[in-house]
Amino acid sequence: MEGLTLSDAEQKYYSDLFSYCDIESTKKVASNGRVVELFRAAQLPNEVVLQIMELCGATRLGYFGRSQFYIALKLVAVAQSGLPLRVESINTVKDLPLPRFGASKNEQESRHTTSYSSDTENQGSYSGVIPPPPGRVQVKKGSVSHDAVQPRTSTDQQESTSPVVSPQQSPPTSPHTWRKHNRHPSGGNNERSLAGPGPFWSPFSEAQTGSSAGDAVWSGHSPPPPQENWVSFADTPPTSTLLAMHPASVQDQTTVRTVASATTANEIRRQSSSYDDPWKITDEQRQYYVNQFKTIQPDLNGFIPGSAAKEFFTKSKLPILELSHIWELSDFDKDGALTLDEFCAAFHLVVARKNGYDLPEKLPESLMPKLIDLEDSADVGDQSGEVGYSGSPAEAPPSKSPSMPSLNQTWPELNQSSEQWETFSERSSSSQTLTQFDSNIAPADPDTAIVHPVPIRMTPSKIHMQEMELKRTGSDHTNPTSPLLVKPSDLSEENKINSSVKFVSGNTVDGYSSSDSFTSDPEQIGNAVTRQRSHSGTSPDNTAPPPPPPRPHPSHSRSSSLDMNRTFPVTTGQQQAGVVAHPPAVPPRPQPSQVPGPHVHRPVDAEGLITHTSTSPQQIPEQPNFADFSQFEVFAASNVNEEPDDEAEKHPEVLQVEKSSDPSGSLRVAKTDGRIEEKTAASAPANVGKSTTPLAPPPKPIRRRLKSEDELRPEVDEHSQKTGVLAAVLSSQPSIPRSVGKDKKAIQASIRRNKETNTVLARLNSELQQQLKDVLEERISLEVQLEQLRPFSHL
Amino acid sequence: MAVCIAVIAKENYPLYIRSIPAEQELKFHYTVHTSLDVVDEKVSAMGKALVDQRELYLGLLYPTEDYKVYGYVTNSKVKFVMVVDSSNTALRDNEIRSMFRKLHNSYTDVMCNPFYNPGDRIHSRAFDNMVTSMMVQVC
Repeated sequence: MEGLTLSDAEQKYYSDLFSYCDIESTKKVASNGRVVELFRAAQLPNEVVLQIMELCGATRLGYFGRSQFYIALKLVAVAQSGLPLRVESINTVKDLPLPRFGASKNEQESRHTTSYSSDTENQGSYSGVIPPPPGRVQVKKGSVSHDAVQPRTSTDQQESTSPVVSPQQSPPTSPHTWRKHNRHPSGGNNERSLAGPGPFWSPFSEAQTGSSAGDAVWSGHSPPPPQENWVSFADTPPTSTLLAMHPASVQDQTTVRTVASATTANEIRRQSSSYDDPWKITDEQRQYYVNQFKTIQPDLNGFIPGSAAKEFFTKSKLPILELSHIWELSDFDKDGALTLDEFCAAFHLVVARKNGYDLPEKLPESLMPKLIDLEDSADVGDQSGEVGYSGSPAEAPPSKSPSMPSLNQTWPELNQSSEQWETFSERSSSSQTLTQFDSNIAPADPDTAIVHPVPIRMTPSKIHMQEMELKRTGSDHTNPTSPLLVKPSDLSEENKINSSVKFVSGNTVDGYSSSDSFTSDPEQIGNAVTRQRSHSGTSPDNTAPPPPPPRPHPSHSRSSSLDMNRTFPVTTGQQQAGVVAHPPAVPPRPQPSQVPGPHVHRPVDAEGLITHTSTSPQQIPEQPNFADFSQFEVFAASNVNEEPDDEAEKHPEVLQVEKSSDPSGSLRVAKTDGRIEEKTAASAPANVGKSTTPLAPPPKPIRRRLKSEDELRPEVDEHSQKTGVLAAVLSSQPSIPRSVGKDKKAIQASIRRNKETNTVLARLNSELQQQLKDVLEERISLEVQLEQLRPFSHL
Repeated sequence: MAVCIAVIAKENYPLYIRSIPAEQELKFHYTVHTSLDVVDEKVSAMGKALVDQRELYLGLLYPTEDYKVYGYVTNSKVKFVMVVDSSNTALRDNEIRSMFRKLHNSYTDVMCNPFYNPGDRIHSRAFDNMVTSMMVQVC
């Protein structure tokens, strides 16, 4: 066998056919089955077929390999063009039209045709004629036949319809085209082959357009040129189906005729648009649909109720299941009634179905209804949209761009959920996915699928509302009950403590976020409260219920408030000092003992302070000395140990200053902490001095701070003299918060995140607990039943 | 993801039932049937006076070691029963609720179709697609 050279178009076409026949994907096709069908469909005499098979070597091999298949196809083309079959003719014959195969889906057609009430004869002729390769010829045919049709009688219609068969054709009576197209093995096959022959035709179509070659074509020779094939198969079935579609009256038929004839003009006009949109509604069709709509519902802006529509469409004698599906597709807003657009879409789908086209899974874009109020523009849009709809994947329809913009315009306007629609329209304009004929068109976009139930209705749909609800609830779930929300409430409740809280937070030097301050605030608040209570109330019991150690970060939301810092740090520092003095032990107790040796403890405190960085409020550093001094003064004064106040003061002062300065020198962050700690330590003893209540364990350093703050507040005034020192300290301190601020924010953010995670987990936990409870209940009930049963078992 | 979804009519016959994998269909049919008792129990427990306030979502009806059964009943006494795999621990209650909501929406769409006779089996493709999307992704 000599080598086979194929043109691109042929290549594509052949490969399509091969894949069509190669249902088992074995890369070789048995000579029975689809191959036989195919060859039979080529309408060649049997002996010719046998000859072909022999020539290509299939008989030798017993099956059709890919090369054999191609050769066979080529030979079929040769035979169909009337040339003698020779081996050498494979390559020598140039410009051979592609082999034509009619009735590649004979069974389908017969099925469809039988469903039509009236055309047995048509069926016969029809099935014999099936559309050859997808649309190649069809386009030309269509135009030709349409011209020819007009003067004709019903046969004309058939002609016109038959050429229409090819989906690629500018959709004259598109249903007809669909039908034929449908007969082909899977639209994909057609589309691909379409791409090739596309340019092929145009010369043909133009050549034949003017001619009433339809007649000649019509006569239909058996191995006619492709065009003729089209015409010949333009048999009655198409028309008959059309007629059958309107079993209602003769009037319908005439209307159909008019539609068909009128269509031709459009087709010719649309010849240039070589893409195929089987779902397009032509003007004539639309007019017809509108007229039908008026018979049911005179108001074009009104609805057709579901029952009326049901009756009407039941007349088409389609199975209820299919009608149900058509309804699903066309009732865009799911309201149980049809608007004009929806009705047209439904009608169009019915027509398509009657002509044998499978219903799409999703509504084709060109059938999408527009909003009622935009109906006028929608009609225009409809047309343009239809025109714009591209059936062939290969080509971008020239008219597509004009139509798309109109579609795009209508979509965004109409759309309530605008973002989704806009996406859709953008996509539809940009992509040419619309062209998949049998795939379901643009709506294949996930967006449109989603959007579909959220129609362009004026009234909020339940679905839409529920979706919104879902979104809302979803968002609710995702929003953790921020600790921020919780904390402020706590804060607000504790007015008295607010200041102390702020103070505490302010004292934090670690740059904790405000959320941190909030989270820690309650703790601190509690601490402060308890501390204050304990201090003020001097009752050891009050110190008992201290919240977890607020040590980490008494972040202050208002570090800037110097007042707090001024007052609180004072006390805090002292408190911290005192607390630090007894990190492990119960602070209050040791404090009195600490007094005697503040100096000794100071260094310890300093170190301890540094370790207790977390607990050091930022505010404290500002007036550590101040606080210290006052604290110590008071403390010393109140101290049983009767340390010389001066000494105590001075020492603390010096030490504090030193300490404060030292930490600052050493650690930026720890600096303030250290100072705070010192103050705490210092204040602690003072506090202790003030209140004999044994301070709570180390976790309560803040509390003590706060307590001592309050206590020291009045004393602060007394020690205004210290302000000088404090000022010195303060001056150094402001620099700290700045650097700490950034860390603070970062930490605060992370803490916030953690808190959110916590709340989510907490919720999950609660739900699981609930489930656990349910399960336990069931278990209990089962056990009870078991108990009841047990006595019986003993019997 | 659910392994079985069923729509039961008021008279307790199935309007739509679908399960994957297909070989366990019988078992799921049986499960759904038995869970109807639990549904009735929950519904009657609410009391007639509470019908208006009655929550449509019934929650977990019946846990076994392999799977859990959730129920949902509409105001017209149409019941949705969903069987989910127990190994799918990630399924939260809210997700189940949303799945039922979607089911309910699709069901009402089917109802709105004038060509659908209430009491018929549901053949709607859209409904099928929606259910498929909710089913377990069995490769």
